[in-house]
Amino acid sequence: MSARPVLEAIAKLLVPYILLFGLYVQFHGDYGPGGGFQAGVIFAAGLILYALAFGLDKAMVVAPPALLRPLSALGVLLYGGVGLVAMLNGGSFLGYDHLAADPIAGQHLGVLLVEFGVGITVAAVMILIFFAFVGRSE
Amino acid sequence: MIAAHLPALQVVVPLLAAPICLLLGRGRWAWAFATAVSWLTLAIAVALLSQIGNGDLPGYAFGDWPAPWGIEYRVDRLSAFVLLIVSGIAAAILPYAWRSVAREIPPEQQAIFFTALLLCLAGLLGITITGDAFNLFVLLEISSLASYTLIAMGRDRRALTAAYQYLIMGTIGATFILIGVGLLYMLTGTLNMADLAIRIAPLQESRTLHTAFAFLVVGIGLKLALFPLHLWLPNAYAYAPSVVTAFLAATATKVALYALIRFLYTIFGVAFAFDAMLTHWILLPLSLAAILSASLVAIFQDDVKRMLAYSSVAQIGYMTLGLALVSVTGLTAALLHLFNHALMKGALFLALGAVAYRLGPVRLTGMAGLGRQMPWTLAAFVVGGLSLIGVPLTVGFVSKWYLILAAIEAGWWPVAALILIASLLAVLYIWRVVEVAYFRPRPAGAEAVTEVPLALLAPTWALVLANLYFGLDTRLTVGLAETAAAGLFAGVAR
Repeated sequence: MSARPVLEAIAKLLVPYILLFGLYVQFHGDYGPGGGFQAGVIFAAGLILYALAFGLDKAMVVAPPALLRPLSALGVLLYGGVGLVAMLNGGSFLGYDHLAADPIAGQHLGVLLVEFGVGITVAAVMILIFFAFVGRSE
Repeated sequence: MIAAHLPALQVVVPLLAAPICLLLGRGRWAWAFATAVSWLTLAIAVALLSQIGNGDLPGYAFGDWPAPWGIEYRVDRLSAFVLLIVSGIAAAILPYAWRSVAREIPPEQQAIFFTALLLCLAGLLGITITGDAFNLFVLLEISSLASYTLIAMGRDRRALTAAYQYLIMGTIGATFILIGVGLLYMLTGTLNMADLAIRIAPLQESRTLHTAFAFLVVGIGLKLALFPLHLWLPNAYAYAPSVVTAFLAATATKVALYALIRFLYTIFGVAFAFDAMLTHWILLPLSLAAILSASLVAIFQDDVKRMLAYSSVAQIGYMTLGLALVSVTGLTAALLHLFNHALMKGALFLALGAVAYRLGPVRLTGMAGLGRQMPWTLAAFVVGGLSLIGVPLTVGFVSKWYLILAAIEAGWWPVAALILIASLLAVLYIWRVVEVAYFRPRPAGAEAVTEVPLALLAPTWALVLANLYFGLDTRLTVGLAETAAAGLFAGVAR
């Protein structure tokens, strides 16, 4: 029996919805308000709530720092990679028109990928910062 | 095809190399990769300079958005000049970094160290090349945040407080710049520098414009370490790792000076900045105070790194003094000193880094008798010191010559005299080191010290030789600086 049953039950109830909402803000960002940064923060907030309720050790099993670090770099590389691919296809850096045969499809694809890169990096860095602060006191 | 993309690649290459560096994980690989990238950025800067030599001004529209709406990169002689020195210093310092970093940074932090160094480089190059006022702020934050991290990695625990102090002061500066840019945007509805210059011209009486101007000058003044806003600098330079001190001293304040010149001349224009706002009457006393007071304080420092840090504050005073003279010669002198001071301080701090490699923290007393035991390192320090003083045949002489010329041209004899007096102060603080290193015996019981490896000596001497080369052959530096200065005064991009 845990010492904080209410907190843990509520956290268990909320965390999946927070993560789902994060993904919604991420992938609906092309059409409505939202985008990678907000989505990354919401996603990270879900995992931080998990860490607050169940402790740092369990959170580090779910989101191992050894995985988060490369992810924080990969998000940036995804962003820059989209820019470079556009450049190789004959456009400017980040010229989304050149990502697909149809410019409008290219714009869609470009924004989706770039925002996904932002989301990955922001979520990973947010959690890493949280771990760094919490880990210090232990 | 690749030639058209060079302005973007100048920043994109180090920016994307940074996360790759983090992924490489191992310190040695990260270093080798970062070194290769720094050489590539230097090659790009040289290629951009040759494009300008062929008569065109390379520009770039990000994401295919045309200029006033999208982010534009624009290279003229001024930016190409600063790009060359920043990427050149990076290319000289990174080969040096491995040995020094292996000694000063714990292995698990080495990859992060090189990641932050590349990010800082990307930010500094970006500030120099961008034609967009808001983009300048973003890149300034990239380079600043990276440099706070780099300073905090110093071995001494005081590096943490120094980095924190710099973080607070730097953030205030960046916020002021952001407020200034925001006010300009409110007033004109544009962020593109060339477009801003056109739209500001009829608004000279606007109170909002005056406020924006004040915020920008003070904000950049903080990043520039303009006296009396320099308080963050001595500690940051003194406690940062050797490589970081050399890199930041040679590039960060220079790029801030570039930003000041860009805002004063290209965006606000000479007529507004000097005739209406009288900026030179603020810059002149502050520059003279910086030159004299920081040189005096430098004489009484026991920590040699700290001594050179105060000397940097004084040298920044020479550069802003060039601006305060409001003449083509004065601006030429400021630009020349920007380039030349990067070479001198780069060489001096690398030589000190080599001493630190053997001795740890460099106190003046600890350097006693080193002249015999580390002849090449100390010889590099002496030549760098002579250049700092302004002895003929070195770059220091070239920039001081133009500065004194500009002061006499303006009829300000006392200023010319003060420049000479301040040079004598530089003789004093450099002589203290020379005297201790060459004319005092190694203290009894001190462990024997040998010369540092070639990996540290070669980059140091490369910069020392650059000090001599550009002191003799001034065609490139003076030619670029004069043309850029004349263009800035005429209000046309050259």
